[in-house]
Amino acid sequence: MIKGWRELKIGGVITEPGSSEKYNTGEWRAWRPVFEADKCVNCMLCWVFCPDSSILVEEEKMVGVDYDHCKGCGICAHECPTNALEMKPEYLFREED
Amino acid sequence: MAQVKAAEIKIPPLKKLTNYPEKLAPGHRLCAGCGASIIIRQMYMVANALGYELIIANATGCVEVCTTIYPYNSWKSPWIHNAFENAAATISGVEAAYKALKRKGKLPTDKKVKFVALAGDGGTYDIGFQSLSGALERGHDFIYVCYDNEAYMNTGIQRSSATPKYANTTTQPVGSESLGKPQSKKWLPVVAAAHGIPYVAQVAPSHWKDFMEKFKKALLTEGPSFINAFSVCPRGWRSKEEEGILVTKLAVETNYWPLFEVENGKWRITYKPRNPKPVEEYLKMQGRFKHLFKPENRRLIEEFQAEVDNRWEWLNHMEEMGEEKC
Repeated sequence: MIKGWRELKIGGVITEPGSSEKYNTGEWRAWRPVFEADKCVNCMLCWVFCPDSSILVEEEKMVGVDYDHCKGCGICAHECPTNALEMKPEYLFREED
Repeated sequence: MAQVKAAEIKIPPLKKLTNYPEKLAPGHRLCAGCGASIIIRQMYMVANALGYELIIANATGCVEVCTTIYPYNSWKSPWIHNAFENAAATISGVEAAYKALKRKGKLPTDKKVKFVALAGDGGTYDIGFQSLSGALERGHDFIYVCYDNEAYMNTGIQRSSATPKYANTTTQPVGSESLGKPQSKKWLPVVAAAHGIPYVAQVAPSHWKDFMEKFKKALLTEGPSFINAFSVCPRGWRSKEEEGILVTKLAVETNYWPLFEVENGKWRITYKPRNPKPVEEYLKMQGRFKHLFKPENRRLIEEFQAEVDNRWEWLNHMEEMGEEKC
């Protein structure tokens, strides 16, 4: 939520580092990378090439995609050596459309 | 001494790097498939693994604008923006102040800190050129990273001195009277090397191992280093978003973007493609070079190829000269 002028710091200073996490760039997406864990070999190439820090990794294993921030550029699916990521049209996953 | 140190310190494998926290928060508003944020993330991967805190001075440009749209901020490390032309001058001041405060005992002396100036090609090749040159000459302990997307992409694809020959830009559009930019691309890493600074390198994020190795060397170098990074721009180059890394790879494989370094005056090409591809394969991925593929313009591709070959030959020559000296 955007703050009103009463809640803002003097001078409009932003005091919270990395607050853009609250901004949902996932809305931009027209294509969605869908992850199939069975095919994944955890090479981490998707992670090293992702422009939006949206590849979720837990304990050195790729576990999925952060759909709140992924803009759907498709680099991860294009670079994946085992086709564990596949780009599918976003409308298939959105109920409101 | 510094060389031995660099060889001893190893960057952990990719899997281990995932254990460190992400320092560039998602939610920044760079275009989908932007190369610049890949470069910044890879910079942080190395810095995290070696325990360095990066202090960044950002010139005006895509990264500065998109990561700090009010009231949000994507940075999890100290960051400053001043103006378009003075990223290098700003980081010089920050570095000098840090040194002075450390000397007076007001800041801890055991912290591993590295100062980084981050700018696009407009803020480096054109507008910030004099402040870059000044900072390199004064010998501040910092790394200058240029993410080179070959035009003023933030304001709408205006030509810069980093734009390659015959590229279509909004200020030199292709039409009946024009074939795009008539001038060649300025070869900035060579100009930076002419300052006699300890470390200059050209990198591409598709070759991330080479990228990280070079950024590590820059981190461990005392004094100024300059890194020129290939930053794909799907919007401005009219290339496909998902092919960003492929375009970057082709730029390297065709010798358009050679990966080299200059360490204390010694030139070395760090990656030599076994069978260099014709530059045509790189050009045809991008809409900004579409007009070159008309039958009447084929000679322009040959001319482009000749220039790429010339620069590659010159680099090889510089490398051989270094070997003779040693």
